[in-house]
Amino acid sequence: MATRELTIDDLTHLLRSAAGEEEGVDLDGDILDTEFATLGYDSLALLETASRLGVEYGVTLTDDDLEVITTPRALLDRVNTRLGRG
Amino acid sequence: MTDARAAGTAVVTGIGVAAPTGLGTSAYWAATLAGESGLRPITRFDATRYPVRVGGEVDGFVAEQHVPSRLLPQTDHSTRLALAAGAQALADSGLTADDAPEFGIGIATASSMGGFEFGQRELGHLWALGAQHVSAYQSFAWFYAVNTGQLSIRHGLRGPGATVVSDQAGGLDALGAARRQIRKGTAAVLAGGVDSALCPLGLAGQLSTGELTASDDPSHAYLPFDRAASGHVPGEGGAFLILEDPAFAHARGATIHGEIAGYASTFDLSPDDPDADGLLRAARQALADAGLAPADIDVVFGDAAGRPDADRAEAAALVALFGPGGVPVTAPKSATGRLCAGAGALDVAAALLSLRDGVIPPTVHVREVDPDHQIDLVVGAPRRPADRPRSALVLARGHGGFNTALVVRRPPAIAATPSGSPANPEHANPDGR
Repeated sequence: MATRELTIDDLTHLLRSAAGEEEGVDLDGDILDTEFATLGYDSLALLETASRLGVEYGVTLTDDDLEVITTPRALLDRVNTRLGRG
Repeated sequence: MTDARAAGTAVVTGIGVAAPTGLGTSAYWAATLAGESGLRPITRFDATRYPVRVGGEVDGFVAEQHVPSRLLPQTDHSTRLALAAGAQALADSGLTADDAPEFGIGIATASSMGGFEFGQRELGHLWALGAQHVSAYQSFAWFYAVNTGQLSIRHGLRGPGATVVSDQAGGLDALGAARRQIRKGTAAVLAGGVDSALCPLGLAGQLSTGELTASDDPSHAYLPFDRAASGHVPGEGGAFLILEDPAFAHARGATIHGEIAGYASTFDLSPDDPDADGLLRAARQALADAGLAPADIDVVFGDAAGRPDADRAEAAALVALFGPGGVPVTAPKSATGRLCAGAGALDVAAALLSLRDGVIPPTVHVREVDPDHQIDLVVGAPRRPADRPRSALVLARGHGGFNTALVVRRPPAIAATPSGSPANPEHANPDGR
């Protein structure tokens, strides 16, 4: 199981690969506190991203987690907390 | 005042094509008239160990040029082709969601197999790597109705949505469904079909029909109505059209490519039934629906199964309707392979272009039409009838007993214009207003 910290660059890479990039959105900008919905990602896009996180980082995000995680910062915090405990 | 018959019909204002003979309407039409073939050894996967090794692939399709980034991870190849053809049809018509009330523009697509290539990949992930490796988008990317959903979302088409599954008849049935919606008051409908299943799972599914050829020679593999007919070649692609209520299209100043004047579909009965040939019944009913007699039809775009028994049945229906050699018959699908749900819609596109230009495209590859068929098959070169064709009959049969016939007419405004002379603007309005 990978235990290194998940960075915003890792996350944008995952988002792009799992769900593509919305036209007019710059994922390389300051997006830490931008809602995923504003970035063009719906629940299915987050489900797919969470699935890739599970495969690549060994971190499981449940459906309940995804309901409260609405920004990249919240996602990074949750994942890195879990990784720290792992 | 509206033309009395126009009240029950639909006009075509946009055409979008993705075919093995051309990506885009003008490329497709130029290749079709030139008799160019899109059939080649299958390259999408290694088909050398399969009993069918020739196919019609849409060459030069770069998904990133037609499909936005967000949709790439969630779409099968067939949906990407559909998104390209659908966007093209809308652009050609100039129609956008803003032109009608919120629920005024609908969508009807046909699919025979859904997203097989995507599905095969994800099933491979499931069994080789485990459930956590399966894409969340598998939930819909494989599904028959996915093109209706994706095109609707992409273009904001929130009117009635439909998906029909009737194999090769589907492309025509989607247009029939669209015409019904327009009769019920929908202003416009994006309608047609695109299929693609040139992957091992998709080819295996098509092989199960026993209708494909085993020939390895692309120029001798799919020979509809030929003495050497041995089955058909699978292809991918299709077309989308914009159908509109005539008054709506007229009010927004749209260019009219033609009219869907008649439509009918039937199921085959028991082979013992004297009226077992559902194709003939469908053709008769479509003509009646259009208010036309067989003599009014100037060209037939045949289903062209490419199997001796099915060709014989289609030829018999044509002879029963038009008499021996009574009407020019063509099958440009000889250059694309059979496109399942894409076929009927692409044939209607070809018929509209044929009526526009007054030229009938050839059936390619066919060398010796079986004389027992008693049909006037257009082969070798395009044909320009002395009397400019006005109406076309398009036929399609789907595996399992589906038969559909659709009548296309050239717009009256063009019919009223002597060939070669520009229309006088003062007299261009067919209603004389």
